[in-house]
Amino acid sequence: MSEQAQTGAEATEAKPTEDPKAVEAPAAPVDTKKIQQILAANNGARMRSWLNICAHCGLCAESCFFYLAHDKDPKLSPAYKVKVTTGELYKRKGKVDRAWLEEAHEVIWGQCTMCRRCSMFCPFGIDIATMIGVSRAVCNSQGVLPEGLARAKQNIIESGNQMAVSEEDWTETCDWMAEEYAEEIAGLEIPIDKKGVKYMYTVNPREPAFYPQDLGQMAQILHVAEESWTVPRQGWDGTNLAMFAGDAAVAAIPVRNMYQAAIDLEAEQILMTECGHAYRSGAFEGPYWLGLPGGRPPVPVKHAVQLFWEYIVRDGRIKIDPAKMITEPATLQDPCNVSRNGGLWQMMRDLARALCTDFRDMDPNCEYNHCCGGGGGFIPMGAEFKARRMQSGRIKAEQIKATGAKIMISPCHNCFDQLNDLNKEYELGIKVLSFKEIITECMIIPEKFIVSDNGD
Amino acid sequence: MDALHEFLSGPALYVTLVIFFGGLIIRAAFLLGLSRGKDQVFYDHFSWSWALRSVLAWLLPWGSRSLRTQPLMAIVFFLFHLCLLATPIFLSAHNILWEGWAGWSLPTLPGIVADVMTLVVLGGVVFLFIRRLVRPEVRLISTLGDYLLLLLTAAPFATGILAQYQIGGPYDLMMVLHILSAEVLLIIIPFSKLGHLILFFFTRAFIGVDMGARRNCQGRLGAKVW
Repeated sequence: MSEQAQTGAEATEAKPTEDPKAVEAPAAPVDTKKIQQILAANNGARMRSWLNICAHCGLCAESCFFYLAHDKDPKLSPAYKVKVTTGELYKRKGKVDRAWLEEAHEVIWGQCTMCRRCSMFCPFGIDIATMIGVSRAVCNSQGVLPEGLARAKQNIIESGNQMAVSEEDWTETCDWMAEEYAEEIAGLEIPIDKKGVKYMYTVNPREPAFYPQDLGQMAQILHVAEESWTVPRQGWDGTNLAMFAGDAAVAAIPVRNMYQAAIDLEAEQILMTECGHAYRSGAFEGPYWLGLPGGRPPVPVKHAVQLFWEYIVRDGRIKIDPAKMITEPATLQDPCNVSRNGGLWQMMRDLARALCTDFRDMDPNCEYNHCCGGGGGFIPMGAEFKARRMQSGRIKAEQIKATGAKIMISPCHNCFDQLNDLNKEYELGIKVLSFKEIITECMIIPEKFIVSDNGD
Repeated sequence: MDALHEFLSGPALYVTLVIFFGGLIIRAAFLLGLSRGKDQVFYDHFSWSWALRSVLAWLLPWGSRSLRTQPLMAIVFFLFHLCLLATPIFLSAHNILWEGWAGWSLPTLPGIVADVMTLVVLGGVVFLFIRRLVRPEVRLISTLGDYLLLLLTAAPFATGILAQYQIGGPYDLMMVLHILSAEVLLIIIPFSKLGHLILFFFTRAFIGVDMGARRNCQGRLGAKVW
């Protein structure tokens, strides 16, 4: 859903929409005006061209993993999915009822992860994900959206981050991790709100909420590289589930907080954890929700993969111990928003080869990768979507099986969860790891950072 | 019949050409104007290199990964479009008429080549028609309009070659049908899916820029959408 599914005239204003739970009452009337506003806001030259020229050639079908995973069900071809949703919305000039919206909900959230692979296979290069994004915006405006995303939106509105982690919990987690890992790396700290640093580091809220060691691992790498960095007290959530809810107004909130924090802290760059959609939001889509001129973030956004590549492959700032490299066969998941939509596929491969002695690529790979099936908001959409996630993930599972890999590297939190679920479902016998985890296991800790036991 | 022929190849032809070129120009100008407000993303990251490569790769039969995965479709697709555009422009009979009017003409195709190219267009239409019917993912999204446009595209070619060889009906009638169907086709092009004659260049340029140039900076790579 490239840059924007604008929510009408006030697209760039962070004005929360109505409480998602309140509108679930079946009797709620459809606000046709609102729908028409969204359709009009998005009815530019691209949308008109796309709607008009799709030649119904069907070349997009084979590109879609939903289609492939369901024995080529023609109803899962991208052209069909966009025809019955956004195409229909424009055709009916927004005059649809609630039943229609519910049906569209099935298609736009349950059958598309907005991975954008189909656009590479369309002769006209129609940006189907962006078109689906408009339907998401329309459904969202009527309170028709997956509960998990509605909850995340509510959390963002109330707390500024999608999991409602409080500021105390966040800073305490940072302090706790700093303390914990200082026992392994001498002098390690996690600076909070330090001014004038090179990198302001932002994370996925599931790190402070469920996987604090992820933060600790990053601190180890940054400390060993003797980096100038900080985490912000506010604006540390790089993720953006409102983007997948199709709510540009709410999606603008965390991005604005993050940019503002970087500007206030005079950070040179924003550094992002190993998360795909956060990168898409911060580096590419965010500037459009905020209406920034030139469509670029005010502070450059760097993904962790790129930083690791610079440290290990380009600069040798972090040295890998050859004896500790991963020797089991390893493969790599290209998260759509890190590879195809983030441009980092080559760096990931360089890194994987620097860390693993037996790296095996999947096919297709790089910018042509298949989505794992957990993208586009699927993972946080929760249990009701899990069966579908497992079914459509069959393509990814088969790709992994074909490599014979035992280690699965995934620089994205959503892929990480999906791959773990696929591992169980399809008995793949893999272990899913982030780059951080592997690097902290394999890197050489310089003398001065080794904690001496005979000290105090 | 003569009067009708006179009308179709006279005033009707002028009107047709005005609608065809005018329609295409106005449509492109309208969309370009609209894009200034609502498609800023295109201009923010525009790059001639990414735009042109995205277009060019898709003008070649196996220039794109997508078409390489369906080689038969790719070659039919390519030859169909090539012959569709080139035959009427370089046809000897058309150029003789053109020269009488304008005083100059383009190089022309030998008769046999033009005949073969016409058959390629007709063969392409048959292929695409059958493909629409037999491939489930194509049939499901095909509309009546898709089938009609294919038939309409075939009509001037079919009537043209029939007229030339005087098969299937009197020459005069075929000729009238030929001119009439060609004019209907030309008038419809700017206002239908066939507008992809020009819109193709814009949409392809956009996706090339958006997935390529937009990401291709600060050490990142842009995805080649071909």
